Amino acid sequence: MSDLSFVWPLSGGLLIGLSAALYLLLNGRIAGISGLAASAIGWTGGGINPLGLGFLAGILGGAAVAFAYMEQAAFTITASPVLLVLGGLLVGFGTRLGSGCTSGHGVCGLARLSPRSLAATATFMIVAAVTVYITRHVMGAA
Amino acid sequence: MTQRILVSIACGLLFGIGLVVSDMVNPARVLAFLDVTGAWDPSLAFVMGGALIPSSIAYAISRQRSKPVFEAQFHVPKNRMIDRPLVAGAVLFGLGWGLVGLCPGPAIASLVTGRWEAVLFVAAMLAGMFAYRIVSSRQSAAAQAH
Repeated sequence: MSDLSFVWPLSGGLLIGLSAALYLLLNGRIAGISGLAASAIGWTGGGINPLGLGFLAGILGGAAVAFAYMEQAAFTITASPVLLVLGGLLVGFGTRLGSGCTSGHGVCGLARLSPRSLAATATFMIVAAVTVYITRHVMGAA
Repeated sequence: MTQRILVSIACGLLFGIGLVVSDMVNPARVLAFLDVTGAWDPSLAFVMGGALIPSSIAYAISRQRSKPVFEAQFHVPKNRMIDRPLVAGAVLFGLGWGLVGLCPGPAIASLVTGRWEAVLFVAAMLAGMFAYRIVSSRQSAAAQAH
């Protein structure tokens, strides 16, 4: 980690936080991506949610612009097809069962000091770290 | 409604740019951040720290206001009970996140790379969400029958 390597993560984090802040103050809602994604396709009851669709379209547009203009933008993924399917199923089911993910519980929930979000964030961070420990250092398959 | 959709698109744009700028979109970076006993890369802690600054300010402001700008009232969850589904869901999510290094926002953003790994992961994630929808609707139907 070079001396200024915190600048990009901090800047990106501020943008994500600004997004959550504006979504709350303007639209009055939690910017939680798992919930928005499920609502965009009508899987939260009440039909297709245009706000969810708009948010997802925005993410795709913003990511496309950033990937196009940022030289250091990277996407390195090493998981096998089996792990991709298993991981995707767990992330999809788990975030719906647990009412949120890194954005809804992590960014928005911690900001409003929600005890549920604090418990959920601590749980998924610890489980994810233990999972990486087991796959990298116990089983040895990175 | 048009205003609220435009707000959603604008917030999504900021979010998507933020995911790429912070490198949160990159599974290798996420796994290095989660690898606390190995060659730990702490940089993603700055993403969470940075994100909490504006969002904490916004929640403090929202408590002083009766309603948001484009909506009749705030729709913020009031449930404070730490229950079994919350914890079980967080465990399953953490397991999937640790296996691949993608959570829902970065997974969706990563689709723009056109990589098959991103497409496969998002397809499986949607299947998982659909499975939850089936299970939860059966449970609520069973609860109503009793």
